[in-house]
Amino acid sequence: MKDDTTPIRGLAHQDTPHDSAIKHVTGRAEYTDDLPEPAGLIHAYLGLSQCAHGRITAMDFSATLASPGVIGVMTAADIPGVNDISPNGKNDDPILADGLVQFHGQPVFAVIAETRDEARRAAHKAKIAYDPLPHALDPMAAKNAGMGYVTDNLTLRRGDAPAVMTRAPRRIDGRFAIGGQDHFYLEGQIAMAVPGEDEDVILNVSTQHPSEVQHMVAHCLKIPSSAVTVNVRRMGGGFGGKETQMNLFACVAAIAAKRWNRAVKIRPDRDDDMIATGKRHDFVVDYSVGFDDEGRILAVEGDWYARCGFSADLSGPVTDRALFHADNAYFYPDVRISSHPMKTNTVSSTAFRGFGGPQGVIVAERMVEEIAYALGLDPLEVRRRNLYKNGQLTPYHQEVQDQILPQLLDELEASSDYKARRQAVLDWNAKGGVIRKGIALTPVKFGISFTATHFNQAGALIHVYADGSIALNHGGTEMGQGLNTKVAQVVAEAFQCDLKRIKITKTTTEKVPNTSATAASSGTDLNGMAALDAAEQIKERLVEFVAERWQVAPDQVEFVPGHIRAGDHVIPFTEVIRAAYMARIHLSAAGFYKTPKIHWDRATGKGRPFYYYAYGAAVSEVSVDTLTGEYVIDRADVLHDVGRSLNPAIDKGQVEGAFVQGAGWLTCEELWWDKDGRLRTHAPSTYKVPLASDRPRIFNVKLADWSEAAERTIKRSKAVGEPPFMLGISVFEAINMAVASVCGYRQPARLDAPATPERVLMAVERLKA
Amino acid sequence: MTQLRFLLNDTEVALTEVGASDTLLDHLRIARRLTGTKEGCAEGDCGACTVLAGRMTAEGLIYEPVNACIRLLASCHATHIVTIEHLRGPDGGLHPVQAAMVAHHGSQCGFCTPGIVMALYALWMTSPAADATAIETALQGNICRCTGYEPIIKAALAAHAVGGQLQDALAIEREAVSARLAAMRQGRVTLARGADRALIPADNDDLAQLLLDEPQATLVAGATDVGLWVTKFMRDISPAIFIGHLMKDIRVEDGTLHLGAGVTYAEAAPLIARHIPAAHDYWLRIGGWQVRSMGTIGANIANGSPIGDTPPLLIALGARIVLRRGAERRELPLEEFFLGYGKQDRQPGEFVEEVQIPTRPGARIAAYKVSKRRDSDITSAACGICIETEGETIRSARIAFGGMAATPKRARAAEAALEGQPFAEATFQAAAEALAEDFQPLTDMRASAEYRALVAKNLIRRFWLEQSEPGLPVRLRHDGEIAA
Repeated sequence: MKDDTTPIRGLAHQDTPHDSAIKHVTGRAEYTDDLPEPAGLIHAYLGLSQCAHGRITAMDFSATLASPGVIGVMTAADIPGVNDISPNGKNDDPILADGLVQFHGQPVFAVIAETRDEARRAAHKAKIAYDPLPHALDPMAAKNAGMGYVTDNLTLRRGDAPAVMTRAPRRIDGRFAIGGQDHFYLEGQIAMAVPGEDEDVILNVSTQHPSEVQHMVAHCLKIPSSAVTVNVRRMGGGFGGKETQMNLFACVAAIAAKRWNRAVKIRPDRDDDMIATGKRHDFVVDYSVGFDDEGRILAVEGDWYARCGFSADLSGPVTDRALFHADNAYFYPDVRISSHPMKTNTVSSTAFRGFGGPQGVIVAERMVEEIAYALGLDPLEVRRRNLYKNGQLTPYHQEVQDQILPQLLDELEASSDYKARRQAVLDWNAKGGVIRKGIALTPVKFGISFTATHFNQAGALIHVYADGSIALNHGGTEMGQGLNTKVAQVVAEAFQCDLKRIKITKTTTEKVPNTSATAASSGTDLNGMAALDAAEQIKERLVEFVAERWQVAPDQVEFVPGHIRAGDHVIPFTEVIRAAYMARIHLSAAGFYKTPKIHWDRATGKGRPFYYYAYGAAVSEVSVDTLTGEYVIDRADVLHDVGRSLNPAIDKGQVEGAFVQGAGWLTCEELWWDKDGRLRTHAPSTYKVPLASDRPRIFNVKLADWSEAAERTIKRSKAVGEPPFMLGISVFEAINMAVASVCGYRQPARLDAPATPERVLMAVERLKA
Repeated sequence: MTQLRFLLNDTEVALTEVGASDTLLDHLRIARRLTGTKEGCAEGDCGACTVLAGRMTAEGLIYEPVNACIRLLASCHATHIVTIEHLRGPDGGLHPVQAAMVAHHGSQCGFCTPGIVMALYALWMTSPAADATAIETALQGNICRCTGYEPIIKAALAAHAVGGQLQDALAIEREAVSARLAAMRQGRVTLARGADRALIPADNDDLAQLLLDEPQATLVAGATDVGLWVTKFMRDISPAIFIGHLMKDIRVEDGTLHLGAGVTYAEAAPLIARHIPAAHDYWLRIGGWQVRSMGTIGANIANGSPIGDTPPLLIALGARIVLRRGAERRELPLEEFFLGYGKQDRQPGEFVEEVQIPTRPGARIAAYKVSKRRDSDITSAACGICIETEGETIRSARIAFGGMAATPKRARAAEAALEGQPFAEATFQAAAEALAEDFQPLTDMRASAEYRALVAKNLIRRFWLEQSEPGLPVRLRHDGEIAA
């Protein structure tokens, strides 16, 4: 046969469009709210607390129940099982408040009505009375009020930092307040529950963690997990905001569905979505850095105080990860860093792309900046002098073995023309004037793996049907990151078949059990490997079958494009499959993967929590208007490491999107609570995420195509979701430089984040004074 | 007539049961199951619900992007609503905008994508030569949280390079659609669902009469604010009188723009660019394209918000408004219309009919807006300045601010510090200091009182710098450049 070498499309390492791209642009991609509604579907809507902390003294639902279309009201008392959705077993996260409210906006009850509009209107008619208690909203207020921790804190320690600090030739102490961030996934939270026979309930939801939704629903209904099916076709964005936050909506829908024996949908409006669900943790960080006259870091001490909200949720691992990344890319010879997961009367903070990592990395970069200004050095020089060398230990005693930053920085410095441009910026600022410029090159080193080691497992299920079509299922969820496309490419590569042959199905707990959240950038690493394992099992059976049928040695059987070669025979793939089916070969396989080599002992603060590191760096140049504090990003150059990319186009998209989202976190995105604990920035009218005009005017993004994962990751690629988020820090640093120019760089600007125009202008005033 | 009639894609729709608060988005998604149009925020800020609205104008049929979430259904009378489901290429496959979005990896999660495609389609149709800056401006009302926008801009540039506007379905059907829409606009339309009533006057005189009969009615023009009363605050706006199709007259007379109150920001934009070029940038920072296509200048004034975008500029220019009640009309300097927070000089049965904007050739004019985010944001502080000089002396000074008080307000003390004084730095310094007498701003989630006070002073300073040394870089440039 001639066409055995015909190029086939969609193999690993190719630029393949997102599998849903055509559906996206035609509006035919179905999200949960677009699914056909079962006959008799009714709607639930949440009623939220109007008090930041208090005892509920009375609940009057008479007006609600009299409202048109209302079927009923549910409170904590109506939950058949456990009123808890804490993802950590702490039992501190009620679905509906039971007597005590702990933040303004906490769900207290749910109204069930014939239409969503009726449920929503009726929810606002309830009268809840509170006996207010004192509240604390931010981490320092919580500390002063003695609110305590929501979960165990962590200290990482190596050497004797206090002693070295006192001996260090130079020392700087500072405090840095770092704001949180709302996910602003374009598709809000939504769940639809359909009751079935016996205890069964089926949920179609927008979640990153179907298995956890399954467990939570089972838990609150007091039924086995086997009775609960959770389906996710796709999400309209997640970013961590749908890792645990969907549990609330899924549970309310499921409880109502079983109680009224009707399908129930729940979708909060955008305001309630932003008020009632968690965000990125804000932190206040007290840091001390001891260093020598060459800018080499000798010792670091730091305390990370986090606004965790009223319950633990994921605050334990988030605040841990802040410490894991408090070194960013730099070796701290002696170090003591501690987390303080403060309980506050705000919505429980949760996962968000980077998962605490960004709030660690940015402090490392702040310390570098402090050192550079103190010594009159280019911060890049200080960065270089402190980069890890292979063999050095992190504060959590993991040996760095795959360092590539020296090469990466060299390449980026050259390609971005950093030196000349920095000089041009200095020259521009030297002229004085209203518009000031800043430029900064910041690196990132990001640890890949869930720090809870047991989450680093995944499953997949592949069916090859008798007609040669392939159904691929895995435990990961698609939220736009291209996971399904990349995993399908791995399978297409394995079978050497065109990507079109592979049907990527919805994620469902019926097909792959006990999955981990699609989080920690691990989706492709884990599910790609699990899918490959399944494919290899089927291939092995096919090889054995083909060898026997065509009378060749198994090592003479090879998968070639669209075909299988058996010695001199080249047989079309579909023909082999048909023959295999007739010969009663099992054409389905469940694959499994667990990440090797990792271990972590939280009690001692030692181990190898990360399988490997992903690296990257960015140069950003900004112009700042010193009359108003406004700014633009004139240019950004990014060089990012994704190992051997499974799909360079998709990976580049992740890098670009993460950069802009990271820049948004540090610039225009500001969460603002009033003194009563109301979040006042709870819709896009008041909470400003970057627009097209906020992106860098010139944006050069490149993948480090020479990089290859040192460990045996899937096709030697590296995770990409979170690491480039931290490249946005270069924008923040560049703004700091522009501001510092007004005092001739005699001191760093020490902006708190986000650097809103207001903070920038106030810093300009402070430095001019 | 008691029927709401419009074209939806290729279907003619006639509805009798329509309430004042019904939104176009709910109609599309719930009643029609056209689920390609998404709800992202229900307040006209994210653009996921963007559809095109075609309407007849003096120049013929035009299509504009609008937010279906806050576009009230009754306002769609005699329009052509085009949703993502209707978009296709000449061969029935992907439209060039869609094909480019796929080729450039312009979608990730895909939820914002239909809205972005529709906004880009509107731009592709109306501005074939659009560059990156124009694309950015067209996307001010669309949020994408995944891509960082870069591939979307590239896709749009590629689609514009492909062209094909004349072969587009909407271009081919233009005459037929025009005729159908023209036939729909006949007389007054009275709609109701139960006690909930929506009224669409036939013309301006009919509006005047209707408002005399129903003086308590809610006037709905572009619904860029009233839409939020409905979607966010669930306020009952019935009976509502829909006036977005009225008072569209534009005339330029003796250096004054006479704009009917129903002229949208988008319709006024070319006039502003031509006659008050100093305000052009400012004008393009009012909302996003969808909001500019719906919102009207008259309603921006009548609404009385202290953070409306047009009043500071218009007050500075000395704009006047015409109020009409029945057949009676009266004229008012714009600043006198704003009596206090939420209180305007508008009598029951009266409505804003016209806005008269002197273009002030020869004057030194500036309009500044400061917000947390540059585009599609609500002002922290906005400022209009109009200075006339005679030789080296300031003959007249009009300065007005938004976001600094309970109403849009003139800075009388600052003006006094300028008038009759030499056109010099010290004079402007004194004016900036005088602002402390004019304003005691508030702190809210947008900005602190301190910032507002400081930035207001600095805007006076910026004006001086710009005027005294033209070309000096004192403002950030926003012309987009894009790497290959």
